Amino acid sequence: MVDLSFGDTLFGFWNWVDAIIRILIIVIAMTVMVIYLTYGERKVVARFQQRLGPTRTGPAGLLQGIADAVKLVGKEDIRPHNADRWVFEFAPFATFIPVLMTLVILPFAKDWGVRNMTLGLFYVFAILGLNIVGIMMAGLGSGNKFALLGGIRAAAQMISYEIPLVLSLLSVAMITGTLNLNIIAEQQDRYPYIILQPLAFLIFFTAMLSELHRAPFDIPVAESEIVGGYFVEYSGIRWSMFQLSEYAAMWAFTVFGSIVFFGGWQFPKGGDWGWGWQLALTMGKSLTFIIAIMWVRTTVPRLRIDQLMSFCWKILLPLSLVQIIANAFIIVYGGEYWLLSLTSGIGAIALVAIIINRAFRRSTKTTGLVGAYRSLQVPAP
Amino acid sequence: MHGAGPNLAFWVLAALTLVSAGGVMVSRNLLHAVLFLIVSFLGVAGFFILLSAPFLGMAQIIIYVGAIAVLVLFAILLTPRAGRDNGETRWAAPGVLLSIALMAVLLFVITDTKWTTAKDAPEITAADLGQALLSTWVLPFEIASVLLTAALIGSIMLVRSPEEEAEDALQ
Repeated sequence: MVDLSFGDTLFGFWNWVDAIIRILIIVIAMTVMVIYLTYGERKVVARFQQRLGPTRTGPAGLLQGIADAVKLVGKEDIRPHNADRWVFEFAPFATFIPVLMTLVILPFAKDWGVRNMTLGLFYVFAILGLNIVGIMMAGLGSGNKFALLGGIRAAAQMISYEIPLVLSLLSVAMITGTLNLNIIAEQQDRYPYIILQPLAFLIFFTAMLSELHRAPFDIPVAESEIVGGYFVEYSGIRWSMFQLSEYAAMWAFTVFGSIVFFGGWQFPKGGDWGWGWQLALTMGKSLTFIIAIMWVRTTVPRLRIDQLMSFCWKILLPLSLVQIIANAFIIVYGGEYWLLSLTSGIGAIALVAIIINRAFRRSTKTTGLVGAYRSLQVPAP
Repeated sequence: MHGAGPNLAFWVLAALTLVSAGGVMVSRNLLHAVLFLIVSFLGVAGFFILLSAPFLGMAQIIIYVGAIAVLVLFAILLTPRAGRDNGETRWAAPGVLLSIALMAVLLFVITDTKWTTAKDAPEITAADLGQALLSTWVLPFEIASVLLTAALIGSIMLVRSPEEEAEDALQ
């Protein structure tokens, strides 16, 4: 059994000192991680596109991220004249704080996180909802039509995809019987939960891409459509706050996903080989996850907004509900674990089959777009 | 919990909640009012956590900040005249009267209740709440879900355009 006593009480001097030291470690690790994630993304994407990526600053361009950070801090911080002053200036912080609050509960190694919460999974759901507010503040406060459009798109997309994301995690929580992330990781000593719930993992991965505004769901920040989305008016340090929160959110989400679905610090042999191996496991899994995200980004073209919405509401949401009902029946009637993985596996194959079928189907039905473009006919989703 | 920490936290949260609730009233910009409302909701969530009810605190954040406040933000985004001044209105006097009446009722209830402090509050987990919701309170729970489904279907019917109605009639 894991030790639940670390950081349990709410008040007390040494408790606060402990919390502040832990948060400092997390913040420093996050900053280094974000700097090298931007570098890594440029390198990986460049390889996918048969380019070299950054090579000049430092050996193999390794100092490029630091040079970029220095440049961004030094740039002038411009506020448009018709921007809503306080809303505009607080928006980057309102976007970043929820991401930092998510990092607070992640167990990076056995019993090592900033705080260990009994309701960890539920806390993540609660904090995810806060993220939209900062983006809407940026969109509304900039006094720019493109930022406003980006904000609307981001909010609509994030609200929609939050539902399948939360439902897919709930179906895992039904099996774990706890919401504590440390215990969830500890339970996966023999096999990770992706074996029991492959469908939930596929839904989680898709919804995660959408929550992070990564391609093919990068509609809110599409440069070719709305010149960059909700942070179009930001520059210098505030723009880099948005960039920081985007990459930090990617890191937090991947660590979270690797804890829930891949066994986090536990699988394989995490309990036996000490904290170094546990940390290596967590970071290795999250980096693999991140490379998968970049791979998807360079492979799949951007979706249209109606395709995005119909994919969420007509495919992901029903499948995640079906998975929850199937899990409930199996668990209540004392079914074996292989039954869970069988039903979920069938669901995962069905989801992949639906996607492939839709990709290759020649659509005969057409539909009108909404609003001013109603007379335009496009293939029906 | 006793001691300086909880007291300090109580007063900070109270100040945060009340000041931002005041901000909702006095700010002349609708967007600012909603943002103050969000801060006020967060303060209330902090109270729940201070009262050893973290589940309720997080539910407060999910429902009020994540859903209701974002819904209001959406309404502002999609309202053409949302940028107008939120100042004087003909309804100021009735509004004041209504809030005085509400305050009177609340004060009556507050002074009339016998407040006692529990010695050791039992630890109520999320599992206990779920058990209660699906056994003792299953009927209100189901009625709430029927209400929400009706609201969903109703909103879908409201936003259907006349052209879509005509298309469906043809099929």
